[in-house]
Amino acid sequence: MKLTLRIWRQAGPAEPGSMVAYEVPDANPDMSFLELLDVLNERLTLEGGDPVTFDHDCREGICGSCGVVINGQAHGPRALTTTCQLHVRSFSDGDVIDIEPWRSVAFGVLKDLMVDRSGLDRIIQAGGYISAPTGSAPEAHSTPVPKPIADSAFDNATCIGCGACVAACPNGSAMLFTSAKVAHLNSLPQGAPERASRVLNLVEAMDAEGFGGCTNTGECTNACPKGIPMDSIATLNREYLRASLGRK
Amino acid sequence: MNFWRSTIGKKTVMAVTGLLMLLFLIVHMLGNLKIFFGRTDFDHYAHWLRTIGNPVLHESWYLWIQRFVLVVAVVLHAVSAYQLSRRDLKARPTKYSHHQRAKAGYATHIMRYGGITLALFIVYHILDFTTLTLNRHGVDGAAYDNVVSSFSVWWVTVIYIAAMICLGLHIQHGFWSAAQTLGYNRPSRDRAFKGMATGLAVLLTAGFLIVPVSVLAGLVD
Amino acid sequence: MSFYRLGDDIADTTAPDVPIEQRWDKRRFDAKLVNPANRRRHTVIVVGTGLAGGAAGATLAEQGYHVIQFCYQDSPRRAHSIAAQGGINAAKNYRNDGDSVYRLFYDTVKGGDFRSRESNVYRLAQTSTQIIDQCVAQGVPFAREYGGLLDTRSFGGVQVARTFYARGQTGQQLLIGAYQALSRQIDAGGVEMHARTEMLDLIVIDGRARGIVARDLITGEISTYLADAVVLATGGYGNVFYLSTNAKNSNASAIWRAHRRGAYFANPCYTQIHPTCIPRSGDHQSKLTLMSESLRNDGRIWVPKNPGDTRSPDQIPEADRDYYLERIYPGFGNLVPRDIASRAAKNQCDLGRGVGPGGLGVYLDFADAIKRMGEAAVREKYGNLFEMYDRITGEDPYKVPMRIYPAIHYTMGGLWVDYDLQSTIPGCFVVGEANFSDHGANRLGASALMQGLADGYFVLPPMLGNYIASTKLDKVDASHPEVTATVAEATGRLDRLLSIDGERTVDSFHRELGEILWNECGMARTEDGLRKALGRLPELREEFWRSVKVPGSGASLNQSLERANRVSDFLELGELLCVDALHREESCGGHFRVESQTPDGEARRDDDRFAYAAAWEFGGTGGTPVLHREPLEFNYVHLAQRNYA
Repeated sequence: MKLTLRIWRQAGPAEPGSMVAYEVPDANPDMSFLELLDVLNERLTLEGGDPVTFDHDCREGICGSCGVVINGQAHGPRALTTTCQLHVRSFSDGDVIDIEPWRSVAFGVLKDLMVDRSGLDRIIQAGGYISAPTGSAPEAHSTPVPKPIADSAFDNATCIGCGACVAACPNGSAMLFTSAKVAHLNSLPQGAPERASRVLNLVEAMDAEGFGGCTNTGECTNACPKGIPMDSIATLNREYLRASLGRK
Repeated sequence: MNFWRSTIGKKTVMAVTGLLMLLFLIVHMLGNLKIFFGRTDFDHYAHWLRTIGNPVLHESWYLWIQRFVLVVAVVLHAVSAYQLSRRDLKARPTKYSHHQRAKAGYATHIMRYGGITLALFIVYHILDFTTLTLNRHGVDGAAYDNVVSSFSVWWVTVIYIAAMICLGLHIQHGFWSAAQTLGYNRPSRDRAFKGMATGLAVLLTAGFLIVPVSVLAGLVD
Repeated sequence: MSFYRLGDDIADTTAPDVPIEQRWDKRRFDAKLVNPANRRRHTVIVVGTGLAGGAAGATLAEQGYHVIQFCYQDSPRRAHSIAAQGGINAAKNYRNDGDSVYRLFYDTVKGGDFRSRESNVYRLAQTSTQIIDQCVAQGVPFAREYGGLLDTRSFGGVQVARTFYARGQTGQQLLIGAYQALSRQIDAGGVEMHARTEMLDLIVIDGRARGIVARDLITGEISTYLADAVVLATGGYGNVFYLSTNAKNSNASAIWRAHRRGAYFANPCYTQIHPTCIPRSGDHQSKLTLMSESLRNDGRIWVPKNPGDTRSPDQIPEADRDYYLERIYPGFGNLVPRDIASRAAKNQCDLGRGVGPGGLGVYLDFADAIKRMGEAAVREKYGNLFEMYDRITGEDPYKVPMRIYPAIHYTMGGLWVDYDLQSTIPGCFVVGEANFSDHGANRLGASALMQGLADGYFVLPPMLGNYIASTKLDKVDASHPEVTATVAEATGRLDRLLSIDGERTVDSFHRELGEILWNECGMARTEDGLRKALGRLPELREEFWRSVKVPGSGASLNQSLERANRVSDFLELGELLCVDALHREESCGGHFRVESQTPDGEARRDDDRFAYAAAWEFGGTGGTPVLHREPLEFNYVHLAQRNYA
């Protein structure tokens, strides 16, 4: 397959960037999308060029490192699929593919397709945990958790923190990310003591990072490779109202 | 104050004020339909509005209280929308060079422009029927004739039609969005809320439009 | 025997000489304590944020130590522990099915093919129950039953259901738990977190580990960090094979540099191969993806009887199929242990009966299961795995048999540590997959997560405290000659890589290294093959330093330079791997020497000659490594040969 890749190239955070076109004449349909970039990079290296910088690690869709916007879609055209799990067979011979970094004021471009997502870590640091110092835990069976609650906590806990929700949102909002953590921890009995402070602190940190607000467009959940639903955002709102009205 | 400063707090304000305005619009729309019972009924209804709360409240006091509440609602709704929009636009300063195919519907897409259009329309609407500044007939107390005179002009009706379509779209996304923002939405209720939103949108748009269209068609004169 | 030198034996001197069930209590009681008020004044460096590192960093900070922590990823949440699917073992005996600490200990020693240290394994089994309590308290959403209690399943051929799990994402959920605990400490100021920062070297002063040299991967800046102790939690070295199920950037540089500075490297030849991975699709392949072993519960493995049969699988009649595992191992059939299933697949492919690209694959067929259980039931049980397979290969496993092939998955070897998890460099502790301690020659399913968390949450912290409390450390600063020398060495190495400007890419060397190791030191190892590899590897290493091409500069973000630095270490590690494999003239666990097998092809241990852990001392680049043997004693679990036929 012959593909044309138009890739955002930017030398550093403060440098200007632009889309640059590259031909890949020998793409194999069985390649993953990142392997396509590997092949291009091998060639660029040998030709004396500068290989394209992009984040990636596990390449099996779970670490959340990778993520680029492909033809205007975060993680590309396939639903519930990270960039590393997308394969070239999703495209056709002769296609021109636009590859851009996540865009959000909270995600500065570091180089080419690599962005700074540390804002998501700071949201978690603000309270996305249950305070249970090592050794202080009671016997695991002392607190039964109804299966539906455990299952829904798990669904939200599958967030991989890739940032696709922010990239896809027209407002660059991190509501889906934040809501997944709140919905995970606030629903569990173990998370109850910090229920109010957690949601208040997380939302404050989220706003402080410069992420936009939610206009309920649903672009986030469409882009999410783990299928975190809009319902989580409703849960976040509910928890936030509960905490705001209850505390004083 | 923290609540008002947060994005979720502002969205909540928008949801609550939006629902308040929606409630008003439903009553307003139902009242409008009284025009089909004739001039006497309609003018009598218009006059009654000024007497609500009598004798506890003085003449028109209720109306002024309602107007005050609505103005506060509109202002809070608009200020929140403005501040959130500014924040949202700042949060995504760089557009993708490959156009994003939006998954959300048209109603969601035009919330901001629709909102601005509706704000302008409200000003025009007040000048037309409340202060009667722009009304061709413009006689205080003669509500029926004021209505008929305005809607007999085709372009006034066109403005109304455009505005009411905006209103419908605004409600279609706004109502469901409010349910989401206030945390009432659940997967099990999502379809119901979306259905209600569409139902309310269609009902209000049709209910409001039937009057000017009937006037223009000569069914009401 | 010129490829290594024999040095003195070594022994673990820290496990107390009391009955095994009392050892850990006694050790903790004997350990010196650091006054809580003084802990803040002690700095500990933790490299890596996986289960072991994340748990260690969070726990040490909770106890009051000042922790400086590093990961090369952009966030501590991305460490490769996240990819573990199956589950985590714990001797809770919630099922009342006869499990106990002793049984978990027994299973682990036996499963490790009698090449692990009994003291460590017993402690691991003891600690396992606390891990589950800890994780549940953190909000890890383990699978539960309708009564609200935790669900367990049996895993990896074990007779009791002691494996706790969170759908197929147990590693992710446990790591998020550790990451959240770590995040809490970062916010509280107890942990100074440096993401996107990679350790380049270990600073050793007066024989003690006192810090690291690290490079900020964004700015390229090289800095020194000094501390009272250094904890390495940097995972395994599976990527030495280039293609493995490890993350692309997983690397052995931290442990290899520590090895070069004096830490012994134990049992590098114990590498685990997982039988049910998705085969490679071409030369572009960058990594391999594992599918849960549970697939073998219902899938049947076969190859065409006739070599070179190019018919599509549905055109091959039963008579022309060989269900070789069912044929050779009628007792266990498709459920034989990982290493046996892997080797059998390789043997079939060596006979030319492999399927798919390059003939490197065997069929895993669900047609019978679908007939027996119905497609809906199969979907219910394996739906997510089938989806993953479809996404990667573009083939629908409901219609066409899956193709599978073994891949490197886990490395049991690692830096040698004593019972305290301290390496042969005092003050340098090693936890998780990076050390060699608990799994012997073969790791059981669902035990990696258990070991990482046991080390990080429960074993390391008291032992580290003991080290700090019992060691008088002088103040050092960045101007110390050892520090500046180490920085100069690390910087010089990067400069050298950048200045070669040859004609081959880093990946081409890595791929060639991987191919040599996979062929000669993979599933089946022979003396001839290993000697051939040991002939070729030094040449490859020299060629690398002569003709690698690393574009860009060291003063900014440069992923090629990062890779080159890691591959330069893999090249050296690869040699030691082959030396260890060559010297161990027996088959055990993940190490199979063709010369040492029973008549029916089973691995044959040689307990008389090899019942020891092989701890290697660095002998210089291209030099001769020195072997220090740690004899292993089995006083509780009696030596026995495995038999699955």
